[in-house]
This record gives sequence, structure tokens and C-alpha cells, in this order.
Amino acid sequence: MSEYLKPLPKPSPASRPFWDAARRHELTLQRCGACRKFIYYPRDRCPHCFSADLSWERVSGRGKVYSYTVVRRASTRSFADAPYVLAIVELDEGVRMTSNVVAPADQVRVDMPVTVYFDDVTPEHTLVKFKPA
Amino acid sequence: MSLKGKAAAIGIGELKPMKEPGNHTALELMGKVSAEAIADAGLEAKDIDGFLVGMPFSDPGMLYPASAAEAFGLNVRMLNVVDIGGASPAGMIWRAAAAIDAGMCNAVLCLVADLNRVGDQRVPTVSMQREFEAPYGNIGANCGYALIAHRHMFEYGTTPQQMAKVAVDQRMNALKNPLATFNDRPLTIEDVLSSRMIVDPLHLFEIVSPCSGGAAVIMASPEVARRAKHPPAWLLGAGEYSNHASITYAPSITTSPIKFAAEAAFKMAGLKPTDMDFVCPYDCYTITVIVTLEDAGFCKKGQGGPFVMEHDLSYAGDFPCNTHGGQLSFGQPGLAGGMSHVTEGIRQLMGRGGERQVKNARLAYINGNGGIMSEQASLVMERRS
Repeated sequence: MSEYLKPLPKPSPASRPFWDAARRHELTLQRCGACRKFIYYPRDRCPHCFSADLSWERVSGRGKVYSYTVVRRASTRSFADAPYVLAIVELDEGVRMTSNVVAPADQVRVDMPVTVYFDDVTPEHTLVKFKPA
Repeated sequence: MSLKGKAAAIGIGELKPMKEPGNHTALELMGKVSAEAIADAGLEAKDIDGFLVGMPFSDPGMLYPASAAEAFGLNVRMLNVVDIGGASPAGMIWRAAAAIDAGMCNAVLCLVADLNRVGDQRVPTVSMQREFEAPYGNIGANCGYALIAHRHMFEYGTTPQQMAKVAVDQRMNALKNPLATFNDRPLTIEDVLSSRMIVDPLHLFEIVSPCSGGAAVIMASPEVARRAKHPPAWLLGAGEYSNHASITYAPSITTSPIKFAAEAAFKMAGLKPTDMDFVCPYDCYTITVIVTLEDAGFCKKGQGGPFVMEHDLSYAGDFPCNTHGGQLSFGQPGLAGGMSHVTEGIRQLMGRGGERQVKNARLAYINGNGGIMSEQASLVMERRS
């Protein structure tokens, strides 16, 4: 297997549980105990009400493509395998995530339903991507 | 409190963008455009007592303003890096006016210059972008604007032809601008749509071309402005707003913070969009102009596409827009790309538009846009009779 050359996440104390769950092929989100909203990306305080009362919940992994682009020419050599589909996915829980839709580019549409797909890009790193539902 | 009429732009300096950086340094280009702007204002370097500067990506460093000021022999009462991306130049204009109004300074040098480092776009250094954007290939600005464009098409029915029209009309303006990078031939909608697809739905000719260059503006107190060589361009209104960094986490990806920045600028000026004689909206991509015209209130939300089709955006048209060609035709010399909208607004108000002079140009709307529509600074400027 060839070496993986693309940027990899370096977890922070706040985000470590998210990436650990991804390695178990589980999608988890932080939820605010004060305002009850789900949040993404992981952080130390709720961006809606600034509370630090955050806990982790496993979520459905279902959502829709909020928007997407087909990157035909990437800005970095590490993504020289373009084209690839970069998307904003809106989860049923209301949060949006930057991710990839793993599907032929001509089959991706705004608003299409997708479901989570865990891509084990290295033995230590699993990225959270999506596939058509 | 208001900055209305408290300060004016009295001098500009600007380089023709260069595709190759050659042996230049960012500091050298900064010195060149500063000298040009100071002379244009009818001042000397010793008259500059405030300094706002953009950090050059090609040569960044801590304590940058003092280093640059020392190199130029400036002794200043206020010095700052303004770091709001492409909105930095417009953001400098109102910050300069605020410092002048507060009695801290009389003549502020607003300065940006940079070299285009050809090659790989760097992976972002901000940790959350490095962690949650870069691994999925969201690096550089292209992707974010493509995401906006697709969603705009989905929500409002905006078409590729409508987006292309922005580049086509602005090229008509560039043909009359000797400083523009692309000023040798007109473009058609077909030319734009047949250029290479880079990030769906955006084609090559809808995306700015990185260059090297620089630009500077002198903002002055009313007392200094009275002695200026050229008719001053007065700041009447300003507004700034940010509500996200990555477009994924914006409250709306098709309605930008420009809504709030422009609203504040028009309110301070006591004017409305229809009062403007011409506009200078930041145009890193064609979709940026459409979203700006909607959010600043020049047309209804979602109607930016039909609006640009119904109007002639050239300097001689019924809605002059980016009369220097916009960055799409002028080129994007780092942050100086953002300054090009400010310098063009001032140039037109001063009556120095040359072959592309807008008739009776008295009121301008100028917008600076940083990141992925994330930082917005709107200005309303006026030439007094």
C-alpha cells in the first residue's frame, strides 16, 4: 500500500473523542447541555450559548448534500488525484460538516440524501465521509 | 458617533500587477507605492503619522508594522496590521478615519503589497481548518466559492451564463485600464463558459489570477485634505461584519455578512444603494459579485443573476461596476487585489478615471471581502462639489 500523502487531522483534547469514535466507525457529535443544540466541529465551548457543558452523543449519520463542488484541479499536489467531490453535508441533527461524497461526480446533486462512510485512510486515521443513501 | 465626513482619501499609489515576482521584495513594492501615494497626496513622508499595513504572505513576521515603518523612516502615532483577508484594505480606510476622528492621527498610510509565490497552496495553519477542512481537500479559496455558487444555483436558479456576464462586462472596463493584467481583448459569455472547469460550477475565467503587486492610499483629516492636490474622496459611511471563517459553518452560505456591513455603511452615510453612481464590489470570483449586489441591497435576494443580465456593468453602462476591470481582469496581487476596488473608487471620485471615467461620479459603494465571504467591510465614499 502506498504512503498516504494528504493532510491528516491532528486531534486536540477537544476533538480526540470525535476521531476515536470515527476509528470505531461511529459518528458522534458534541451536544450542549445548556441549549441542547448539536455542534460541529468539536470545541471547548458551545458556539450558540458559550456554555462549556458539552457531552458526546452518537448520531444517525444520515443527512443531505447542502452544497458540493467537483474539484477538477486541486490547489495542492497532495490532492493530485483530482477530480474529487468536496461537499457540505447537513446532518439530520442540524449541523453541517465539510466532507467528501464518495460517488461518481456526475451522480452528486445538491439536496441528495447521503449516509456516513468511514474511510480508514491509514491504520491510525479514519476520515468521516459520505455516500449516496 | 459617526465617521461621516470625518476623513478623506487624498492620494493613491498602485502598481500594475506582475505575473512573475522577479527579484522584487514585498517591502520594496510597499516602499514604491507608498512614495507614489504620499506624492499624489501632496505630502512628504514626515507628514504621515498613522500606518496600517497588510501582512505580506511572502514575507510575514511579528512586529511587522514597526519594521516596515522603520525601513521607510516613518514616525507614527498609530501602527497596526489589519488582518481580515481581502477586506483588509476597505477595513483600513475606516480604521484610519476612526483614528483621525479620535485625534490620534492626521494622515494615515494604508498599505498592502505582496509577491505571488508560485507553487503549492499552503495547507492552512489555523488548527480547526487544518483538522476539519484540509483532510477533505478544502484548501485555498476556490472550493468555498464553488460551494456557494452551487447552492445559489439550487436556491435561486442562478445560471452559469449569468455568472459569466460579470467577467464579460468587467473585461470591457479592463480594456480601458492600462494597469489591468488582462486588457488585450474582450470576452464573450461563450469564452468564459468554454474555459476550463476548475471547481464546478466555476470556470477558469471566473477565478482571479494570482499576481505580485501593491497599492497604497493616504487618508487625511479635513484640515490636511483642504491642502490636497486632488479633490478629496470623503468617507461617508462604513460597516464591517463577520459571522464565520469556513463557509461550512456560516449561518447561510448564500447570504453573506455583506448584508450587515453594507446596511451599516449606508445607514451612517444616510444614503441608499440607489443613490450610488457606481460600485466597486470585491470580485475574487464571478459569484462573489452576484452575492454582493444582492446582500448590499442593489437588487432583491436571489435576483443577482437576472440583475447582471439586465444591466450594463461597463463604465459607460447604466450600472458601472468595477470600472478597473475587477480583480478578474486586473489580477489579484495578494491583498492589493482588495485595495484595487478602493483605489478605483477614489480615482473615479477624483475624476481621474481617464478613458473609463464614469460621468458625474459623485457617490461610490466599495466592498472588501475576506476569506470565504467571511470578513466584510463596506464603504460609501463621496466627491463633494
